[in-house]
Amino acid sequence: MIPAAFEYERVDSVEGALAALATHGDEAKLLAGGHSLLPLMKLRFATPSVLVDVGRLKELSYIREDGDEIAIGALTRHLDVETSSLLKEQAPILAHAAGQVGDPQVRHRGTLGGSLAHGDPASDLPAVILALGGSMVITGQGGTTRTVAATDFFTGFLETALAPDELLTEVRVPKVPGAGWSFQKLTKRAQDWAIVGAAVVRSNGSSGIALVNMGSTPLRASAAEAALASGASVADAAAVADQDASPSADINASEEYRRHLARVLVRRGLEEASK
Amino acid sequence: MQVSINVNGEQRSHEVEPRLLLVHFLRDVLGLTGTNVGCDTSSCGACTVHLDGEAVKSCTVLAAQADGLAVKTIEGMADADGTLHPMQRSFQENHGLQCGFCTPGMVMAATSLLEENANPTEREVREGIEGNLCRCTGYHNIVQAILAAAAEGGRR
Repeated sequence: MIPAAFEYERVDSVEGALAALATHGDEAKLLAGGHSLLPLMKLRFATPSVLVDVGRLKELSYIREDGDEIAIGALTRHLDVETSSLLKEQAPILAHAAGQVGDPQVRHRGTLGGSLAHGDPASDLPAVILALGGSMVITGQGGTTRTVAATDFFTGFLETALAPDELLTEVRVPKVPGAGWSFQKLTKRAQDWAIVGAAVVRSNGSSGIALVNMGSTPLRASAAEAALASGASVADAAAVADQDASPSADINASEEYRRHLARVLVRRGLEEASK
Repeated sequence: MQVSINVNGEQRSHEVEPRLLLVHFLRDVLGLTGTNVGCDTSSCGACTVHLDGEAVKSCTVLAAQADGLAVKTIEGMADADGTLHPMQRSFQENHGLQCGFCTPGMVMAATSLLEENANPTEREVREGIEGNLCRCTGYHNIVQAILAAAAEGGRR
């Protein structure tokens, strides 16, 4: 399968990326690791006329402490998130889940920011950032930045709060070193997308629960979160885990099976996170 | 556009279309057909090569993205005199193949795995090659071959 023809432009700075986006507008797509975008282009589901390759912006590959949060450069690869000793200590669910993305070859190329900006509801890491209560730092024309909470970032199927001339530059997650956590993912083959997944983080009496592949966007299981906040048992909270979801049916699962899986995986996740 | 890629130690410069995939650059432009195309959807791993020393699926990388970097394919594994790489020898000795279609990708994934984890457990080997499918289902001997190569310090 061959992508439709496009122009290729490699940039070596955030300024260069923003300038290219300003020039080409929504005809352009940013290329990071390419492991979400190139498959879509090979299937001709995406036909951008310009690819702006940001894959070598080393300035956006970092993981560092910043007050109560960990700041992660948008172009940090899954492998580097997976093996980060800082994340293993301060937000272990993120390091663990990064190690569950695809397979080693994918993790050598794919980036955290690329996965989030793609906004695929079947991706693992958007749900983890939602459950952690993270946020995205977006850089716009002129270098102005704005911060968008993960809960406001995913706006539709493969759509996010990013404007065509903006760049996702950083992902921020709170430090939760003592939190209970669990990442649950059901796949048919090891490397597959999750049929359904669940990310659970329990810290200081509050719970973040987010679902993979249970609707058109990555989403929080708000009803289950609220149930726990008002003192419900794990079993009772898990029983409403699919209440805010609108899953679709496909070759892997019916809608009802996905709802069942969400309830089961959230229960398992809450049990593991409560140990 | 012009790309210049170090392939198996040799600098190769060619005029290519931006949409040319790395695997097609290797197979069709350079004639290095040891790297196979299996699924063409970054699932099966038959097209695995090393990009700057790490395993990647060359059906999901543009030749343009490899510009200025180093690629190693199965053709670059043996010495010039034909002496096999320890991982190739281990696949041979442990009969780590049946039809052989997945083998180049398996060898490249396995050597990349040992670069990151020199002494993997059997489970770590199985997880480490999760991105490579063997349609003959010959995983048992593939895993044994990788474990044997690791035991012999097979990274080189």
